[in-house]
Amino acid sequence: MPQPEIEIRGLHKSFGDNHVLRGIDLEVARGDVVCVIGPSGSGKSTLLRCVNLLEEPSEGQVFVGGTEVTDIEVDIDAVRRRIGMVFQQFNLFPHVTVTENLTLPQRRVLGRGKSEAAKVARENLERVGLADKADAYPAQLSGGQQQRVAIARALSMGPEVMLFDEPTSALDPELVGDVLAVMRVLASEGMTMMVVTHEMSFAREVADRVVFMDGGVIVEEGPAAQVVGDPRHPRTRHFLDRILDPSAAEAPGPEAGGPAAG
Amino acid sequence: MTSRLSRRQRRRISQGIQYALFVAALVLVGVLADWDRLQNQFAQKDLAAELFPDIITTALRNTVVYTLSGFVFGLVLGLLIALMRLSSVAPYRWVASVYIEFFRGLPALLIFIFVGVAVPLAFPGTEIPGGTYGKVALGLGLVAAAYMAETIRAGIQAVPKGQMEAARSLGFSHARAMVSVIIPQAFRIVIPPLTNELVLLFKDSSLVLFLGVTLEERELTKFGRDLASQTANSTPILVAGLCYLIVTVPLSFVVRRLEARADKAK
Repeated sequence: MPQPEIEIRGLHKSFGDNHVLRGIDLEVARGDVVCVIGPSGSGKSTLLRCVNLLEEPSEGQVFVGGTEVTDIEVDIDAVRRRIGMVFQQFNLFPHVTVTENLTLPQRRVLGRGKSEAAKVARENLERVGLADKADAYPAQLSGGQQQRVAIARALSMGPEVMLFDEPTSALDPELVGDVLAVMRVLASEGMTMMVVTHEMSFAREVADRVVFMDGGVIVEEGPAAQVVGDPRHPRTRHFLDRILDPSAAEAPGPEAGGPAAG
Repeated sequence: MTSRLSRRQRRRISQGIQYALFVAALVLVGVLADWDRLQNQFAQKDLAAELFPDIITTALRNTVVYTLSGFVFGLVLGLLIALMRLSSVAPYRWVASVYIEFFRGLPALLIFIFVGVAVPLAFPGTEIPGGTYGKVALGLGLVAAAYMAETIRAGIQAVPKGQMEAARSLGFSHARAMVSVIIPQAFRIVIPPLTNELVLLFKDSSLVLFLGVTLEERELTKFGRDLASQTANSTPILVAGLCYLIVTVPLSFVVRRLEARADKAK
């Protein structure tokens, strides 16, 4: 069996007394798309942020492309160059133009020349369909456009893996589709992707595997069609019922959790 | 028991009384002051005319040079201290905190006297580069750095956390992310308060008075005071004061514009 692109072993993470991740084991094969779903507070974003060490795991190991990220000797900046990350809040650099958002990291981090960085930036802006916004500032773009620029920025670094942390959760509903379309193309091109999302239709159609997390553990994982379409575990089923039809949820009683995650 | 006047009527009457008192106070000061004597002492036209062009070409020019050199030195030092204050290395944070409390807690005048006396004592045989200009930059800058450090620190902390995370996830080191991403945004935030600091420095440059300066090194206050005692008339003081206002009032106006623009950008 080939070496997995992402490998997570016995991962624990605590914030003070709050034990957010309670032993996660997960592998993502090269070229696979894995969607991580689960109620808010289940630790799925923390799991993703442990993969590129934005959060320091309390215990356990993470490997990306065969390099142990959690090794204290590792050059974390070098590892992160190979891992693209897209955030819920886009996090574009507001003080520079769209093109400069793409060229600044290439030049400062990869040491690329001006013209090469500009060329890579142009290609990636075309890839996300925003070549005409090259000279705009982030504040002049819609949320969906900003998120596509953020994806293009990550792609400009030539990553082997892309992490998406709820990339469409901050978007108006009519803007979600454009971002998902870009991600779909990326998946079809063979990018290894780990996506924390609430978009069940995206998970079902695009993901090779779906992981359902709750309470800091993986409750259920398997092929997308099975986990989303025919969940085995009652907690998965309960979660999916709520998210697919939020209006059907019962008023929170002593047994139920908070409002439907969204 | 309720008053027969409505709330609005009562407010109007109270405002009317306040306004009447205000006007009365103004008129009283205007009537009681001896304007002739004031004019004699402060506003002699021929004396004022004699001040030019030296008051501009030497005094105002020196004030500007002192202010700018102090500002630049203070800005560099202030940025350094702000970064130390935010460092993960505890001793850096302590040193920065002590520095800020120390220099904010002392009158600028004391610092100036200290720079003039203690530095030559502590490092005998060495001159502060730039002579008086170097001493002034040092004295003004040391004090300004303490205030600017706090301003810059607040500016850096006002940059959303996601900016650092995005930069780090792209492979920037912490230092590179600071230089390329965080500090440029922080400076946009702190331009209005830093301009305010410039106004304060402009006035504090008058403390050069206590360093002992040559004729060519005199700034507005020293120049005004010297000529006032030479002519036994205070007109030079008034003219010097007007020279300060020519610079500080437009600067304050710029600060307000910048603040208004920053508010709108939010």
